[in-house]
Order: sequence, then structure tokens, then C-alpha cells
Amino acid sequence: MSTNPIHNSLSRRSFLRNSSLAGGGLLIGFNLFQACKPKVIQEPAIDLASLDYNDFNAFIKIADNGAVTIFSPNPEVGQNVKTSMPMIIAEELDVAWKDVYVEQGILDTNNYTRQVAGGSQSIRFGWDALRQTGAAAKQMLVSAAAARWGVDPSECTVSEGVITNAAGETLGYGDVVKEAAQLEVPEDVPLKKPSEYKIMGKPTPNVDIDEIITGKPLYGMDYKAEGMVYASVLRPTFGQKLVSYDDSEARAMSGVVDIFTIGEKVRELAEKEPSVLNIISDSDKVVVLANSTWEAMKAKNAIKAEWEEVTKPESTEEHDKILTGLLDGNKFDTRRSDGNVSKAFAEADQVLERTYESPFLPHSCMEPMNFFADITAEKVHLVGPIQTPERTAGFVSALLGRAPEEILLEMTRIGGGFGRRLYGDFAIEAAEISDKAKKPVKLVYSREDDMEDGIYRMSIKYRIKAGVKDGKVTAYHLKEAAVNSNMYGLVPNFFPAGAITNYQVDTASYQSNITTGAWRAPYTNFLASAEQSFFDELAELMEVDKIQLRLDLLDNVKPEEDESIQYSPERMKEVILTAVEKSGWGKKPDNVYQGFVNYYCHNSHVAEVADVEIENGEPVIKKITCVVDCGIVVNPLAATNLVEGGVLDGVGHSMYSELTFKDGKPTATNFDGYRLLRMKEAPIVETYFIDNGLSPTGLGEPTLPPAGGAVSNALKAATGNRLYKQPFTKTPELLKVPEKEIIG
Amino acid sequence: MPTYQITVNGASKTVDVAEDTPVLWVLRDHLDLVGTKYGCGIGQCGACTIHVDGTAMRSCSLTLSQVEGKSITTIEGLSEDGTHPVQEAWKEVDVPQCGYCQAGQIMTASAFLASNPNPSEEDIENAMHGNICRCATYTRIRKAVQIAAENME
Repeated sequence: MSTNPIHNSLSRRSFLRNSSLAGGGLLIGFNLFQACKPKVIQEPAIDLASLDYNDFNAFIKIADNGAVTIFSPNPEVGQNVKTSMPMIIAEELDVAWKDVYVEQGILDTNNYTRQVAGGSQSIRFGWDALRQTGAAAKQMLVSAAAARWGVDPSECTVSEGVITNAAGETLGYGDVVKEAAQLEVPEDVPLKKPSEYKIMGKPTPNVDIDEIITGKPLYGMDYKAEGMVYASVLRPTFGQKLVSYDDSEARAMSGVVDIFTIGEKVRELAEKEPSVLNIISDSDKVVVLANSTWEAMKAKNAIKAEWEEVTKPESTEEHDKILTGLLDGNKFDTRRSDGNVSKAFAEADQVLERTYESPFLPHSCMEPMNFFADITAEKVHLVGPIQTPERTAGFVSALLGRAPEEILLEMTRIGGGFGRRLYGDFAIEAAEISDKAKKPVKLVYSREDDMEDGIYRMSIKYRIKAGVKDGKVTAYHLKEAAVNSNMYGLVPNFFPAGAITNYQVDTASYQSNITTGAWRAPYTNFLASAEQSFFDELAELMEVDKIQLRLDLLDNVKPEEDESIQYSPERMKEVILTAVEKSGWGKKPDNVYQGFVNYYCHNSHVAEVADVEIENGEPVIKKITCVVDCGIVVNPLAATNLVEGGVLDGVGHSMYSELTFKDGKPTATNFDGYRLLRMKEAPIVETYFIDNGLSPTGLGEPTLPPAGGAVSNALKAATGNRLYKQPFTKTPELLKVPEKEIIG
Repeated sequence: MPTYQITVNGASKTVDVAEDTPVLWVLRDHLDLVGTKYGCGIGQCGACTIHVDGTAMRSCSLTLSQVEGKSITTIEGLSEDGTHPVQEAWKEVDVPQCGYCQAGQIMTASAFLASNPNPSEEDIENAMHGNICRCATYTRIRKAVQIAAENME
């Protein structure tokens, strides 16, 4: 037998490229999302530097010494994909994690369909393809070893990159990598059972930890290139455009290289791609180029500009009235309608209606927006922190009239995304600036720019009405009024959809000139808090147990009869019951006031319990117990971190954060006027995962939305006051504990 | 532009910058020490924390004339190889998510523990309250500072 029999039956499907490296490496590229399309394996490349990595979105490199490099395809915003995605490949490849070196992949504008950090979807969508990538490579390596020994591959076993045959002889991956690279790529390779995992499920430190704790350059802000200048941009406030500017003082300042305007290219782009105006103004903007960040920012502040009003400047006060008007009015789009809510309300014994309000929020990524661009006749080189490299490269391609193949986009580690970096407005600006200046440019936002030129979480109001008849919830009607955009497709099919016979979700929106967009857990980051607070109040009205009300509602849900239902009532019940047990619900001493929530979003089920205690007459959030069903937990160390962060982010923003507008401008421009959660306000978070061996779902977002509800329900228990307006500290009188409670 | 003589991580440096240039930007743009981060520029977030003669200070709000003749330590110079007990604790706990604020957190924690080697939980919370982490890794920061304190005894 000259070749191994399995080899001949192997297909070339799925892999894009399979090539030997200089020094005897194996490089396997695997397209995650085109795995079903036939692809032809290209000729092996010889020189590592000559390889066109743009053809891949995940790949494995094995050197002849057995060292393994795994390229991580998706942008790393702190959600740990740079560690956890390679862990999945390494698991099936069957190598020791200590032998793995991880590198950030770059953007492939030709083949990727989802090289995105957003929606808590990286692991969920990558799960099957990443495992296949590792398993297929492993099978090729085993086949190569088996062929050398003249045995059947089924007689070989693998452990940590070492192949052993029945006679006890061993070969390392590095020993057979050259032969393996010549083999065809297998399809439908067997995957491990969760019980066989050696890497997944083990607490695994962040692959960038050493660089982070020693201050190595990792972020877009840290990126430097030969001949690079720094750009600071003066932008109009919302609704304005530039008329003229005086830069005489700025030009005389030290380090200033040039001052000019941009905007023309964006206007041209907007003719082709009008949607770009949702993220970037079509006004001219004044750009200061300088030799250092400080000099650029300082000179920008010295420019005297005259602005013209295009559309009316807006204020929070007006938004408030407009959104309330929308809720009171009758111009809604109906997103889901079951039964007949009007009839059910008319027949109800009891009706509860409440309105919940939330403010604008900036993203407050600790790393302000920035991007590097070097646009020359030969190349379009972009480097920086971006959650949507592909879409952004597309905008830049259209902006400059350059072919997508000319664009090289490198992703840096991202100092916080939270949705803000889904929008490549800053990369578009950087590209226009570099193109005009004919220089490599790093665009840097000051914190003030970051807060004033945002793409904010919009202000939203919900009005929820429920009807009760004969002790059952018979009707539920949710109305949403939001600035700019409304909840999208799936959300009206979340809990309690399917649980209540007469159910309706309506939305209305007001078109503002203030830019808004996705913000961590978009569409539900306030909804969960409102609805879960409402359920508590409904239970109080019905005089039933709060947990039992939720469980009873879940009993009504039949996803098998209604495929629009997004959540699993069984999985929801399990997180609820686990949270009841783990939090000591109902068994706490009298001085501990608890608030309960359960929620489903980003494909995961979550229940949380907040514990509030009274200290010095004030309610203090002491602990949040969080139970998560996100399926298999790839990296428990990072997953727990994400859960804690999501919960605290939800606690912090619901308690403290609000951005108000006056005359078209945010009234706060930095962290002195805008409050984020800090150490002393951060409760303990206890995290529990449901261990069910099911495929992984989202984790970066789903623990955030319910946290505000848990806090609100616990504060109600402690103070007797219901909270309808976020942030809760906005109404300090409602956070006062009744006198008798303090004494008692 | 005036010339300043400063000591950073034990090495003497000559910098030639405008007198109002914050130390933060001297470190980042002129000395290529980018571990010290820009977060707010007004001393509110702590991302730019460095040690000046051992005391944690916000480098965004310091001018060169304020640090002349003093010894500056940045995250790059906290230890030779990342083995300062605070760095070790950060690694053990795996504190970071995005990681951007963590150099500032580590510099605040290390200066604090040098002056208060046996802190209470409340001491730790007070010391770390000035450093913002939008990823909200506060529970791990708390734990890492406790571990570092134990290991420094």
C-alpha cells in the first residue's frame, strides 16, 4: 500500500489553501463560512513571506519543530476571542496549548462573511468550522505518520501533538508536517465529545496577558509608522455645518504641520452609499496635522470656526416630550401581534400600565476612537481598532475609489468596543485625511471628541400594559418610543412572547439629527430592565409569588408550535431555578433585600438576583448572583470575567450614567461630568454556568440587560419605591430608605 | 522649545518639547513608552497613572517642570520582566478584558501597596476608586490587589 486508503477518499472540499512553509511548516487555511463550497487546493507556497494571508480567516501553521501558530480571525475587543477561538482549533488539532502561539489575523475582504466583533456571535458562528479546521489538520498529520509507518491511520493515537502507533513508535507533528501538507483535505472528520476536551473548559489565561501587564504596544493608540503625523479633527455639532474658520492662531503653534478641511469625499461617497450619513456628517471638518498628539489636539482647540444651522439643534427636554407624545399617540408599527389585546384588556379584572425611561449613553471605550491610514498610489494601508473590518474597508474602498484588493486592513487589540467600533466613521476620516495629506496619518480623538462626536445609545421609553383575568395574565402590550431606531426583528419574539395569549409589541420612533447606533446588547439593554421590573410589579398586583409568575408564564410557551419563539422555556426555567437556589432567594436575613430577573438575548438564557443591604441609611448593592446558560463554556476563566463585566456594566449604567443634550450638544464632555461605575460601587458577582454540553451561544452581552432590572427590583424591596427612570440615581429621593427601616 | 532633563525608568532622557506638554504625551509620543495610556486627559480615569518618586500620579495632568529632577516609573519600568508582585497577581487572576486601562490600574495598585502593605478591603477600594474600567473588571482588580498584598508580605 503506497498511499493510505483513507487519503484517497478524502475530498478537497472546504479548505482554501494547504501549503508547506519554508522550514517545513504546514499551513492550513479554512474558510469558516464557505465550508460547503468546493475549493481547489493551491500549490504549496515555499516562502512564508510570500503567502497571501488574505485568503484566510483562520489558519494553522505548524513548524518542523512542532511549534504551532494559530491565527485568530475576529477582532479582539476584550471578549477573549483571541484566546478562545484558537483554543477551539487547538482542541481538535490535539496539541498542547503551551505549544500554541496565537497571532491576530488580518482582514480578508474577499472570503470572509463574518470577521466581526459584535452581537456575541464569534464563538457561536465559529464553533463548527473552527473545530473542523483543527480536526481536519489532525487527520492529515495522522495519515502522514501512518503512511510512513505503513499502518492504517486508525491504529494511531494522538496526544499533544505526538502520534503513536500500535507498536508504540512515536512521531511528532513537526516530523510529518511536510508529508501531511501534501495530502488532500478530509471532510466530515470526527469531532471530539465534550468529555474528551483537554483545552476547552480549562481556565486559560488571556494570550496577550504578558503584553498587557508590561505595557507593550497592542492598541491602535500605540501604533506608529515611519513619517506618521497625528491628526485632530474639529467636527460640527449635530445639525450644523462648517461655514468658515480662522486657523491663524493654530498655524503658529508648535508642531503644526498643516491645517485643511475634509468632507468632500464623504459627500461623494454619500451619493453612492447614503447610509454612510448615518455614521458621519457630510459637513466639512477642520483637520490639524501635527508632529505629536498633544500638539494636534491643542492646535485644534485654537481654531475659531463659524457654523451654520442645517437642522434644528435638539435637547433632552425636547426628546422627552417627543417620546412621551409618541407613546400617547397612535402612530405605531406593530412588530408582533397575537390574539386581541384590546379585547382582553376590556375583559380584564385588573390592568397594570407603567412607563419606563432611559437616557442617551456614550460608549466610553477607555481607548478613544483612533485609526491609522497610509494612502498612497500603491496601497491603502489601514491599521486600528475596528469591530467591522470588512464593512469599514468597503466604505474606504468606495470613498477613495480604490479596489478592495488594494486595501490592507490590520486589526489591533481593541481598548473597548461596546458597539461604538462597529461604525468605521473614524477610519473613513483617517483615510480621507491621509489621502489628502499624502502622508501616513494617525487620527486621534480626544476624550471630548469621543463623547461629543458619538454614535450613542438612543434614549428609549417603554410603556407596558398587562391585563389579568381570573388570576391569569391574559394580555400584554408593549409600546416602544425611541430616538432614531427601534427594536429589530427578533426581539418581539423574546420572553414573554408565546407565554401570553393576547400579546402585542408596537414601536414608534423620532428621527433625530443626533447619531445613534448599537450599544452593548443593543435593543435589549434597557428593555430587559423595564420588562423585568414590570413583571415584579405585576406579581405584586396579582399577589402571587414573583418567581412562580415567571415559571407559570413559561409553562404556556410551546416553541414546537411557534417557531418564531426565540428562547427555550426549559432552559429559561433551569436558569431561574438555579438562581433561586444559588442566591438563597427567600432565605436571606431580613436586612438583605433581593431582586430577581430572568432574560434571554444573544441566544443565551440568564437569571440574576441582586442583594441590597442598608448601610448608613442608604441602600447598597452588595452582590449579584448570575446564572448563565450559554452552552459549552470554552474558557471558564474569561467567561466568568465577561459575565462579571456584563453584570457590572448593566448595574453601573442603570444606576449612574446619563448623557443629556442641550443646543444640539452633550452637556458633559468628559468623565468629570459623565459618571461610570467605579470600584467602590461595584458589587460582588457570583457566576454559575449551566453545564449541558450544548453548542456555545453568546456571552459578551446577555448578562448586561437584566442587571438593571435586578437592581431595580432589589431597590424596590429595600426602599418601597419603584424606579421608572434610568439612571436610578437621577431620582435620589426614591433611593431613600423609610425611617422605620433604618431604625428597624 | 525648552529642553528638559528627566529620569524615566532609571534612564536619563533629554526631551525638547513645548513647556505645557503633559508628561503623558512626552512618554507616549516622544519616548515611545506607550504603555502609559491616554483615557481622559483631565485626571479623571487613571489610565495614565505613573509613579513620580514612588507616588502614583496622573501623567496627563503633569508638566515636565513638575517632574524635573524626580524619578519617573512607567509600566514598562515597574519590573524588568513583568514579575512585580502586582503584575504577577494580575496574571494569576487574569484581570483584563480589553486591557486598555490595566497599566494604570497596576501602577495605582503598586504605588498603593508600597505605602500600605497590609491593606483592608476598604483601603483597596479607596485606593482603586479613581481608576475607571469600562469593561468593569473591578471584582478581579480587587482580588488581584489582595493577592499582591499577600505576596508582598
